[in-house]
Amino acid sequence: MTALVGTVGRVFEHRALSYRRTWRSSIFTSFLSPVFFLAAMGLGLGGLVDAGPSDTLGGVPYIAFLAPGLLAATVMQTAAFESTFPVLGGLVWNRIFHAMHATPIEPRDIALGHLAWVAVRMTMISTIFVAVIVAFGAARSWEIVLGVPAAVLTGMAFAGPISAFSATQKTMEKFNAVFRFGVTPLFLFSGTFFPVDQLPIFLQPIAWVTPLYHGVAVTRALSLGTAFDDPLALVVHVGVLLVFVIGGAWLTVRAVERRMIR
Amino acid sequence: MFLQGAGGDSGQVGVSARSTVSDVRCASMPDTSATSLIHARGLTKRFGAFTAVDAVDFDVAPGEAFGFLGPNGAGKTSTMRMIGGVSPVTEGTLTVLGLDPARHGPQIRARLGVAPQQDTLDNELTVRENLIIYGRYFGLSRPEVARRADELLEFAQLTERRNDQVEPLSGGMKRRLTIARALINEPQLLLLDEPTTGLDPQARHLLWDRLYRLKQQGVTLVLTTHYMDEAEQLCDRLVVMDKAKIVAEGSPRDLIERYSSREVTELRFPGGVQETLDGQLDDLAERIEWLPDRVLLYADDGEAVAVAAHERGLRPETVLVRRSTLEDVFLRLTGRTLIE
Repeated sequence: MTALVGTVGRVFEHRALSYRRTWRSSIFTSFLSPVFFLAAMGLGLGGLVDAGPSDTLGGVPYIAFLAPGLLAATVMQTAAFESTFPVLGGLVWNRIFHAMHATPIEPRDIALGHLAWVAVRMTMISTIFVAVIVAFGAARSWEIVLGVPAAVLTGMAFAGPISAFSATQKTMEKFNAVFRFGVTPLFLFSGTFFPVDQLPIFLQPIAWVTPLYHGVAVTRALSLGTAFDDPLALVVHVGVLLVFVIGGAWLTVRAVERRMIR
Repeated sequence: MFLQGAGGDSGQVGVSARSTVSDVRCASMPDTSATSLIHARGLTKRFGAFTAVDAVDFDVAPGEAFGFLGPNGAGKTSTMRMIGGVSPVTEGTLTVLGLDPARHGPQIRARLGVAPQQDTLDNELTVRENLIIYGRYFGLSRPEVARRADELLEFAQLTERRNDQVEPLSGGMKRRLTIARALINEPQLLLLDEPTTGLDPQARHLLWDRLYRLKQQGVTLVLTTHYMDEAEQLCDRLVVMDKAKIVAEGSPRDLIERYSSREVTELRFPGGVQETLDGQLDDLAERIEWLPDRVLLYADDGEAVAVAAHERGLRPETVLVRRSTLEDVFLRLTGRTLIE
């Protein structure tokens, strides 16, 4: 076990070393993105929404409704990005994964080290995002602090399956489809900007099986301070996310092994 | 001494002790699995229906420089990947450093240095960072890896470029960095897959010099190449692979003696004349090869062949008498047909 932690840690160390080169711009972007979104949609669009019937969102200002959803959705987007290009890069472009495999590091360690790094990146992004939410006064409960692990869980629910998919690819051709037909529709229709019950009735079950719906439900309940009112719902949402996280990690290990051991 | 040509003189002392070992080995092919660093019997690699390596046998002794020579697609890289513990053996036995790659891959790789054919350097990192992080993959401590990185930068003549990105380096520098990187764990066995392919002559000679030094330090070298001069320069012993099989095995000199003559006389005749020679050269050499543009006569005394041809009234446009090389052996064994 300690040996596994050691070898996975070395893969992680490589990613951290590479990140050192771009961390300033990366952190700055992670900060600007929520500021822009919350200003434009939360305050700008939210002003119009809040002028409507007062019970539209259960009496909650739009920015308070939007902000935690946007947290989960943004983390999903970054997780998807971090799980496509870097994986294909390591396998095909700069072939760094193959360099690692020439040492005592196993493909399993490479897969898990990659995911560990994505988890840390997700933690950075969501911490900054939560700080911005608080600065906008958009959180209604201290439980928003738990929004960080909830958002990381959401991100990792995507990082696993998408990394596994990336590890089967030879070119980046299909990544466009992942974003266009996967990530973007989820971003828009999983309850981030409006409640899922606004969707046509036949589309709602589709939202229920996607991890983002559950991620948004958790972060929003935490931010609004209602998460622990319905423990069963919380357990279900977190449970679904965990299934995706663990299943995705297993798929990633398998896909990287199949790709590299031949 | 196995080593021929340039560089051979300076290495006499360092190599002599070990080449005695390989002399003994070569004399009779006993079961050497106990002393071999690499031991392969019936080693086979298949990808689906395609057989990349077909039941090959070989042994590599400690301290030896061993070469896999062969045309593209002969199975050299597949063999190297199996030795390197990153590609499962389909059939047969393989032990590396006395261990089974299927069960002890990480333990074997901890003691190997690998310089792959295709660069796997991290272009986003600096030259020195590439060495550092690679050392960390082996679990070396930071101070230790920093010390070794600086030594290896010196060895690879890259100290001045230590803080530069890898991307803009020349091919020769990248290859030197790849080899330096492969040495960070102080390996017992260094695997080099086509170490100088694509490099200019200066870069090749510098690299050969570095590899030669490693050999003198007692590092066992296993390399693949399709350059004959490289094999003659570096290898104590080599196998020629063709179409997934080993077709010959021995020292460069052995192979030349066995499959070629001491010298080769190349005669180039004016257009159309070669076709009219019909039998006139036949008794001049041990073996004659008719190429579209010239005739190659394999004999121990090339000069005598040229004189004899002249005495028969033959007037070639050019006459070249040269020593037989591994290239002659290679072409004889693997044919002249272009392999794509």
